[in-house]
Amino acid sequence: MRHRSFYEATARQRIVEILDAHSFAELVGPEQRTVSPHMQALQLPVAFDDGVVVGRGTLHTKPVLIAAQEGGFVGGAVGEVHGAKIVGLLERARRERPAAALLLIDSGGVRLHEANAGLIAVSEIIRAILAARSDGVTIIAAIGGASGCFGGMGIAAACCSAVVMSEEGRLALSGPEVIETAHGVEEFDSRDRALVWRTMGGKYRYLLEDCDVLVDGDMEGFRAGIAAAMEAPQSLTLEALEREQAMLARRLQIFGSSRDGRDVWRTLGWPNPETVPLVPTDVFLAQAAALRAA
Amino acid sequence: MTASLVTSTQGDAVDWRSVVSRLFPEGHDIVQDGDLLTGSGRCGGETLAVVGTIHHAALGVEISLAMAQYILKIVREYPGRPLLLLIDTQGQRLRQRDELLGIHRYVALISKAIQVARDRGHRVIGLVYDQGVSGGILASAFSADVCGALPGAEIRVMNLPAMARITRIPEEQLRELSRKSPVFAPDPHNYVQMGAVDSIWEGDLAQCLQDALNRAQANDHRARLALERGGRLLAGRIARRVADDA
Repeated sequence: MRHRSFYEATARQRIVEILDAHSFAELVGPEQRTVSPHMQALQLPVAFDDGVVVGRGTLHTKPVLIAAQEGGFVGGAVGEVHGAKIVGLLERARRERPAAALLLIDSGGVRLHEANAGLIAVSEIIRAILAARSDGVTIIAAIGGASGCFGGMGIAAACCSAVVMSEEGRLALSGPEVIETAHGVEEFDSRDRALVWRTMGGKYRYLLEDCDVLVDGDMEGFRAGIAAAMEAPQSLTLEALEREQAMLARRLQIFGSSRDGRDVWRTLGWPNPETVPLVPTDVFLAQAAALRAA
Repeated sequence: MTASLVTSTQGDAVDWRSVVSRLFPEGHDIVQDGDLLTGSGRCGGETLAVVGTIHHAALGVEISLAMAQYILKIVREYPGRPLLLLIDTQGQRLRQRDELLGIHRYVALISKAIQVARDRGHRVIGLVYDQGVSGGILASAFSADVCGALPGAEIRVMNLPAMARITRIPEEQLRELSRKSPVFAPDPHNYVQMGAVDSIWEGDLAQCLQDALNRAQANDHRARLALERGGRLLAGRIARRVADDA
């Protein structure tokens, strides 16, 4: 049994290893050469899949639709074509009603080279996710690539039915570089990897309940985590949102004056916040469960 | 709400009071609390719920939560009442504290609240009356059924210095592109062409609002508008191909 890293893999490798063997069929594949007209206009390199692979397959024999962003192409950022492929997949999900639509997110958010067109594309993804959820489609976001999940894709992830992350995954709205550019290195040092990790990393997000399933960073971990998330469908209802609103209000009360991820861990009763990064995922999950129970 | 909602109040901001009185000549009870507006207004014999932001508000966790909370309250207490989102935002607040608290969740809650409102028969209109930037507009006016903009509004993905840093395209070149390229320029007319803004609201704003309410529809039709208007030629076509290919 190989333990291949999700973080290191390409979008295509992720799809092939997460879905059941030989089940994947791509839609609008690279042979159709759907490249970005905006990147071409700027004389920048293009990709024949515009940095996202979409298609269908099965997971544990259940039919799924899947999109995987390629973090290696402009940081997985969303342009007009890239966004349209994801939107089309979600529209298909509304018709086909698969067991789930899976979004393997690896993206800095809006592709800034496509500026306005990129912003609208992300907006259309968010609307498509919500419309599909209203129709009862389960949508799982999986985050564990080198480009993380930032910007509008952070909003998109929070609109999904569930979020699955590895500890290497990062999930936020504004990326570290954006915050640093706006308010200086004193506000946020984007080169401080430990700081980035304890502000937006998988373990941190799991403890805050922004991540529903925390997995080991190998393919098998993601495959099992996604399958588990598919078993716990969440509907988008007024009552569910009222509960979420109450939870977020409570979070603000409890952690609103925290300055650092370590403060949050301490408040949660974590005995030794400095050791959290070193604890293996299974031990971490057991301790987190004990803390939640207490 | 507390004073912590108040961010950098800027002198050049459009006066929200004059916008509101043009929108609701039949009267309104909209109140300001920090950078947040809430209340209701009368238009064409109908009462609308209004939630909005002023002074180029930075959407931090508090104001985002307050906006979502207000929308959910309207859905709970006034079934079917149309919603107007009056938006002037510089985008999400770019602070470490907001990220630590998971601001993406707070901002997304606004979008989700709008979706639940839509599902339950509320028409949702957005109006960008001054600035609309990045996460701030994604979660608000761009989540509405119909989005309008005033002629002087500016809609953009990010300020130019940050954009230069991330893309490694020199700021001067980006400045040049924003002057010339419809893809880069923040002029709302470009967004009309690209389908994200339904129309520019000019003259009788109450009539514009009325028209928007009449055009509201639950399905996202922005890619179709973009194709009709020639602003984004691929979005709708490619989505359709992925959705329908055997």
